[in-house]
Amino acid sequence: MPDDNPKTELLDELENGPWPSFVKEVKLAAQTSASAQDLLRQLELSYQEKKGHWKHGGLVGVLGYGGGVIGRYSDAGEQFPNVAHFHTIRVNQPAGWFYTSDALRTICDIWERHGSGLTNMHGSTGDLILLGTRTAELEPTFQELAQAGFDLGGSGSSFRTPSCCVGMARCEWACYDAMKLCYDLTMAYQDEMHRPPFPYKFKLKCAACPNDCVAAIARADLSIIGTWKDEIQVDESAVKTYVSSGLNIQKDVCDLCPTKCMAWDGHKLSIENHECVRCMHCINVMPQALRPGKERGAVIMIGGKAPIMQGALLSSVLIPFVAADELLDTVKELLRRIWDFWDEYGNNRERIGELIQRVGLPAFLDGIGLEPVPEMISAPRDNPYIFYQARKDGEK
Amino acid sequence: MPVFEINGKSYEVDEDGFLQEPERWNHEVATDFAGTEAITNLTEEHWKVIDYIRNYYLEFGMAPMIRKLCKETGHKLSEIYNLFPSGPAKGACKLAGLPKPAGCV
Repeated sequence: MPDDNPKTELLDELENGPWPSFVKEVKLAAQTSASAQDLLRQLELSYQEKKGHWKHGGLVGVLGYGGGVIGRYSDAGEQFPNVAHFHTIRVNQPAGWFYTSDALRTICDIWERHGSGLTNMHGSTGDLILLGTRTAELEPTFQELAQAGFDLGGSGSSFRTPSCCVGMARCEWACYDAMKLCYDLTMAYQDEMHRPPFPYKFKLKCAACPNDCVAAIARADLSIIGTWKDEIQVDESAVKTYVSSGLNIQKDVCDLCPTKCMAWDGHKLSIENHECVRCMHCINVMPQALRPGKERGAVIMIGGKAPIMQGALLSSVLIPFVAADELLDTVKELLRRIWDFWDEYGNNRERIGELIQRVGLPAFLDGIGLEPVPEMISAPRDNPYIFYQARKDGEK
Repeated sequence: MPVFEINGKSYEVDEDGFLQEPERWNHEVATDFAGTEAITNLTEEHWKVIDYIRNYYLEFGMAPMIRKLCKETGHKLSEIYNLFPSGPAKGACKLAGLPKPAGCV
């Protein structure tokens, strides 16, 4: 080991306070990893100079794959040779992020042999991220991961590794089996994940209920979010138990309902279900008393993205409801049509949501062969941007 | 600047091995670089892809989109990976003497 304990006066400040600190974790790794030490030194320098030292870009990979590895080089490689190369490897996570401790130990052992030992589990991509290795170590790492049953995730202009919430494995509100759908889609689109075919990245996330624990609506190009078609299930006696244990139903439930679809007369909770927008607040507050309805499935939404290239977009409704057992086939058919349209008309580095904004929702719907429905807009009769056509003379 | 040496010749390259002297490119240069991308022998099919990318780059100043590359060369994407195991961006563009394509993480 080179000299230990890098001096990191500025980084030390980041360890103060009650929240977790990446500095603390990197320091822990630096006790055994020379690249973690240089990482601390380079970052300390960045804080001193107020300047990043990672170069832009980098194109490295493993044979047969066009993604899964993100090249990272330091522009201060002579000063910090152990982070001169600091490539990131994305490993496809299991659906819902369930690992055995054996699997985690295996991955960490592989990574300590071939890389910095630093991991990121899990960031917004959903993948298990291995941080920091040299170009020569990529192929051996990949081979060992494959032997242990792991595959790389997506990067670049590919179908990014699908991710999902824990769904039916742990959650009573799951309206469909998000883990199974996520796994099935991952297996169905191995080509699109590993060999980038698109104008830009395409992300898909499966959330099993409207709580949307994977934040699909804000960052996935295609969001599949569990919902129900019928009425919220109410257990009257459990409602009374909440009241007797001190819950103020008027203040804590009814008044916070965004559409004011609930009323409480002191004895009975009544719900105007057709006004419910599936915000989940009442169910989250009274999980023993209220449950999602029985006719379950998902809403499919399109176009979410974070603010890279153009601004951030939230997803819009594409199909208001698909029954749970029809989801896989529907999503596959939908993806085929969406990708065909995007391939044909998308500009280089244009996300699907940006393309829809550019050509307009009517043209997009026409292109993929979907009929417009009122659920696609936030407030029917109040939104002038689609589908108005003046009557021609003589038309009724 | 790293230097790539082969058969008594040396080329200036970037850290990922992309040629930094575009004016030096010719078929012989592509042949010299083939071994770095796990290709033992450049066939007619390879040249079709390499020349298409090269000509597109000379005309438009950038690498073609994947869809266009497949359409114009008549290869499926999987066939391109069979020809260039490290992929079109890293393998084929490098052999065509293009600067490193700008990508996104």
